[in-house]
Amino acid sequence: MQFNKYLPSLSLLVFLAVWQGAASTLHSNNTLPAPYTVAIVFWQAVVSGQLPYHLGMTLMRLVVSFSISMLLGCAIGIVLGRNKALNAFFDHWLVIFLNVPALVTIILCYVWFGLVESAAILAVVINKLPNVIVTIREGTRALDTDLMDMARCYHFSKTKTLRHVILPQLQPFLMGATRSGLALIWKIILVVELLGRSNGMGYQLHLFFQMFDVASILAYTIAFVAVIQLIELLILKPLDKQALRWRR
Amino acid sequence: MTDVHITIANKTYAGAAQPTIADFHLSLRANEFVCLVGSSGCGKTTLLNCLSGLDNQYDGEIQVGQQHSAPKIGYIFQNPRLLPWRTVRENIELVLEPHQSPELINPLLDIMQLTQVQHEYPERLSVGMNRRVAIIRAFAVNPDLLLMDEPFVSLDPPTARDVRSLLLQLWQQRPHTVLFVTHDLREAIALADRLIFLAAAPMRVISDIVVPIARTQRHDEAAIEQFRQQLINNHPDIKQLL
Repeated sequence: MQFNKYLPSLSLLVFLAVWQGAASTLHSNNTLPAPYTVAIVFWQAVVSGQLPYHLGMTLMRLVVSFSISMLLGCAIGIVLGRNKALNAFFDHWLVIFLNVPALVTIILCYVWFGLVESAAILAVVINKLPNVIVTIREGTRALDTDLMDMARCYHFSKTKTLRHVILPQLQPFLMGATRSGLALIWKIILVVELLGRSNGMGYQLHLFFQMFDVASILAYTIAFVAVIQLIELLILKPLDKQALRWRR
Repeated sequence: MTDVHITIANKTYAGAAQPTIADFHLSLRANEFVCLVGSSGCGKTTLLNCLSGLDNQYDGEIQVGQQHSAPKIGYIFQNPRLLPWRTVRENIELVLEPHQSPELINPLLDIMQLTQVQHEYPERLSVGMNRRVAIIRAFAVNPDLLLMDEPFVSLDPPTARDVRSLLLQLWQQRPHTVLFVTHDLREAIALADRLIFLAAAPMRVISDIVVPIARTQRHDEAAIEQFRQQLINNHPDIKQLL
């Protein structure tokens, strides 16, 4: 049983070993550099300040576009979930926006608003927003009418109802939207940066691609994955635990 | 004081062929404990929803006291309807009005024997305890009218008896005008000053009977049973309800 504790570290080691093995067999430091080479490149990029700067820019865009999409998406989702007429009217809009390819919205935003930061953020928000709306709308439809009646009967104000009755019930849906949102937004931001920004991870990866610098691409990818893992571990997991403390 | 006068001329659900409630009149004196006794499905919950303001789609008038503002209603539902993600104490504090001090919950918790568990979450407590929390919540708003919709229906008999006696204890210390709905005649006799028997489809009053048993005798099951027999013998019209 003690052994299980070490399984995650062991699996990580095996992963590195497979990587090292593949790199040695291929014998080509350009196509697949060894973990050691990537580590050196990673360290140099950190020390030079390049990686923190570009990662920081991408993170900034992530935080801004994620916050806007979640806030707007929750508000619209709750309204649509509680109002049948509005929902019937906007349902088709949602379907359209859900199915417009990310690349199309990105290109259109840049064409219409120029290669500026706000256009980049807008493009990401437009891509994420429909997902949040749909998730929160489903959650709102499943709200417990008994508890809503109780709140009405005891004259709960709107904010009190939202905070104590509605949001706790939406918690699983919010966490779902957050997790799928982070994964989606990362990927879209990279494309946005690649097409129209002069900093950020996407811009850097584009440069490395032009120079066939696989080691740098891998180094940036690792930084990327690590940050997402940290967000999950330091923010999302504790939020989960906090929200579910009342369960039996 | 808060006398309550209820008139519901007509309450028909959309699409229903006949009214659920028709020509219904009922008056309650201040601090009177009245039990509505009727078969399940006869419209008792509909009536309570009209009284509580949850349902406004009816013809009639409900007058609680002399005031013109909306009356304060305490509603104890069939299920406790507590917020599972809030502790016992938070559930009660949430219904308080801004001018009410949270301190006033303490004596209520004491009477209902919940002081020990006030910081627990409802799902960690027994069903009987959850009912008691719902009772405190309704009393905490100091309501003009307390509505109770078969609050003990899903409890096992000993637990129901315990919670019932705690409810009476609380009500005697803090008298309120109570409308209590049940289909259990023994329960009604044990609790009420007055019994209102209801016929179904549409719901209307068929009998209005004062319970003559002294408050101090209400725990005596023999006295309750004796009055029940007497009711059945003297009132053939309510026999079908029993």
